[in-house]
Parts: sequence; C-alpha cells; structure tokens
Amino acid sequence: MPTVQFTANLARQTAAPTCEVGGGTVRESLDAVFADHPTLRGYVLDDQNAVRKHVVVFVDGTAILDRETLSDVVKPTSDIFVMQALSGG
Amino acid sequence: MSTKLHLGTRKGLVQLERGDDGWRITRTSFLGVSVPMLLPDVRDGRLLAAVEHGHYGTKLHASGDDGASWSEIAVPVYPKGEEPVICAMSQKPIPQSLEKIWALEAGGADEPGVLWCGTVPGALFKSTDGGAGWQIVEGLWNRSERKGWFGGGMDWPGIHSICVDPRDSRHVTIAISCGGVWDTRDGGSTWNLLGEGLESDFMPPDQVKDPNIQDAHRMACCPSDPDHLWIQHHCGIFRSTDAAKTWERITTADPSAFGFAVAVHPQDPLTAWFVPGVSDDQRVPVDAALCVMRTRDGGKTFEAQRNGLPQEHAYHLVFRHSLDIANDGRTLAFGSTTGSLWISEDAGDTWQRISADLPPVYCARFG
Repeated sequence: MPTVQFTANLARQTAAPTCEVGGGTVRESLDAVFADHPTLRGYVLDDQNAVRKHVVVFVDGTAILDRETLSDVVKPTSDIFVMQALSGG
Repeated sequence: MSTKLHLGTRKGLVQLERGDDGWRITRTSFLGVSVPMLLPDVRDGRLLAAVEHGHYGTKLHASGDDGASWSEIAVPVYPKGEEPVICAMSQKPIPQSLEKIWALEAGGADEPGVLWCGTVPGALFKSTDGGAGWQIVEGLWNRSERKGWFGGGMDWPGIHSICVDPRDSRHVTIAISCGGVWDTRDGGSTWNLLGEGLESDFMPPDQVKDPNIQDAHRMACCPSDPDHLWIQHHCGIFRSTDAAKTWERITTADPSAFGFAVAVHPQDPLTAWFVPGVSDDQRVPVDAALCVMRTRDGGKTFEAQRNGLPQEHAYHLVFRHSLDIANDGRTLAFGSTTGSLWISEDAGDTWQRISADLPPVYCARFG
C-alpha cells in the first residue's frame, strides 16, 4: 500500500501521522488519509481541492505534475511525501 | 474603561490586560503565524482569530476562555466551477479561493450566532451558527459590478469593513478596496451600491467619481448614531451623515489626509481619530514625526496629538485595522508596522508606548 508522509512542520499545526493507505492516484491516497484526519485536508489542499500554493507533493521522489486534480499515478509501493515549499514562509 | 486588548500581528496573537500598574502583555497564541484579523464577540464572550499560515492557508480558531485554549472552526469556502472574473486592472483571473480573512464582525445582539466575514479575493460570507459553517452572500457575489473591482495594495479586491447597524441588524454596510461602499437592508439578500461624493483621484478623469471602484481604506460608523460614518480613503477623508448614501470630502486634515485607519467616538459622531502618513507614495509619518489626528467638530478642524509619540526619525505606518477605541470613548490603542503599540486613556491627549518589540501589527481590538 502507498505510504503517505507529511513534513514535520505540518504536524506542528494539526495531526499529520504517516499512513499506509489505498489508492491508485495521489487524489485517492490523500483522500484516504483525510477520511481519518479531516482537519488535515485544509492544510494540504485549498478550498478548491487543489494543492496549496506553497505545498509540494512528491511521489517516489518526483514532484507531482497535476496540482489541480491530483491525477498522478501511485503504485502500491509508492512513497508519497507532502512537504512545504521554500516559498511562502 | 476596557481592560483587555487583542492584537493580531505578523507573528501571532498578542493579548494585553489593564492591571493596577498599567497595561501589560499577558498571553500569546499562534506564535510564528500571521493573525490578520480577530473578533472579540461581546454577545457570547468568544474570541475568534483568523490564522494565516504561510504554507497551509487561512484557518479560523475560536476560544471560549479568552485565548487559553483554541479550537479550529470552519473557514469560508468559495463557490466552485464558475467562470473566474478577470481583474479589470491586471487582466488576470481573480482566484476563487480564500487567501485572507480581512474582516470579522458579529451580527446584532438579536442575532446570536450570526457572523460576517469579509475576504480577499473580495467576497462576503455569513455564518448563522457561530462559524460552524459559512455561506457566501450570493446577493453581493452575483452582482455584475463585482467585475469592476480591483486590488488596492494587494493583488485582488478585498472586503475590510463591515458595519452592522445597532438599530437594525438586517442593515449592514460594507467597504471594499477597491469596490466602493455597499449596504443591504434585508440581511444580505439584496445590495445597494452607495458612495456618492467619494472620489478616487488616481483614476482616469471620467471614473474619479465612479462609486464601484472607490478605495476606502477603512470605514467606521458611530454606534450611537449609525447614520454617521467616516472613511479613511486612499485619496483623503470623507464623512457621511445619511447612512453612506452621500459623502462629504474633508479638506482640512492637518498634517495629512492620507492614511489607513479611522476610529469614531462611540457616543459622538463628530469626533474621530486618524493616523496620517505623507501620501500614497510615501507611507511614513509627516516629517518622520508620528501623530494621531483628531477632529471633534465633524472635520472642520483637526488637532495633531503628539504627546508620548516619537517626533524624530519615526517611520511607523498604522494599518487599517490597527487603531481601535474602547466603549468609554477615551481609551484608544494603535499598533504599527514596525512593532510598537501605544495606548491612550485620555482620548489621545497623551500616549504611552506599551511595547516597541512586537511583530508588525495588523489588527487591534478592545474587548
């Protein structure tokens, strides 16, 4: 199952534990995390469900291309990492 | 006299209390995170804080114990799927997504749970359940005039002033930078564009008086006489005595008519305070000497209040929400972009600097 990990800076604001979840796309995997941690959604995604301007999502070391619909494919072995960009601080 | 003051700053919420030995900072919250707006709600004693993370967006938190503990509540959500409005100035699409909470006001005493929220990009939201959920005010959002609004200072237009009429909670007047002055008489269902007499000198000549693009920096009404309102506008100071329908330009401001903040005496509509800067392209105190400007005769004359304020090499700017007056009409506070806080307990005749070490101050509210 894909693993989703969040920057420690985010965990300072709200619960953001590392999770093993299902899903074949970034959207599906993140939605699975947010189902258990609903407050986390608004910290990673904006109110239109796009990735926030100063947040970056990596899948297996590569930043995702589709920041609007999060359609990038994840494999069962993928590591998804949610980090804060250097901008925005 | 009010004994509590709350500051929203670039680096968190700062709270002060007045004790026997004067004002002192008693608590900080959300340290490191911007707090552009807050609301002490006198109806239920709750304190609301807009918390704007650099990376993670804008949140709203509420406290029922004066800031000792906080819980996150809902934030306004913009409608999905609409064709974005193209900004009339930049020709770029205006995002339909929350960037900043720029105004928070309680509904009337007869409307428990009603809250109003003004945002950037310019939209108005209403909650009827104390912030558990928000609804965009469609009667304003759907007005075609919205396409003519544009940002002043910020990239996008924003709603920064919301005045709820103490006589009639369904009468609400708002000001938009840059989108003029509007009111509703039916709790938000329908809206009227007001503001005859306002003048935006920077616009092309045929649009100077266009009410839909006026850049009110801050609008405040007198609670005991709500038909009296004051505006510190980008281009000067204006006063209305007919519930914002028409405005008189005040030309006697001394040392300057430029600024952002205005506070109105809660019992005397002829008395108001401003914190002037040189001009829009030189946003520092005149002669680098900080003063508060008070009129007590409806703008016929002004006096510069300087006692206790630095008069040499002082480069403080006071943002639009960073000047407040308490219900006693004598206690005022203002915080500056360079992190100083001053309080007066004699209507501005003398000022005391409470701190020179704060982050930039975005919002100051007694309560």
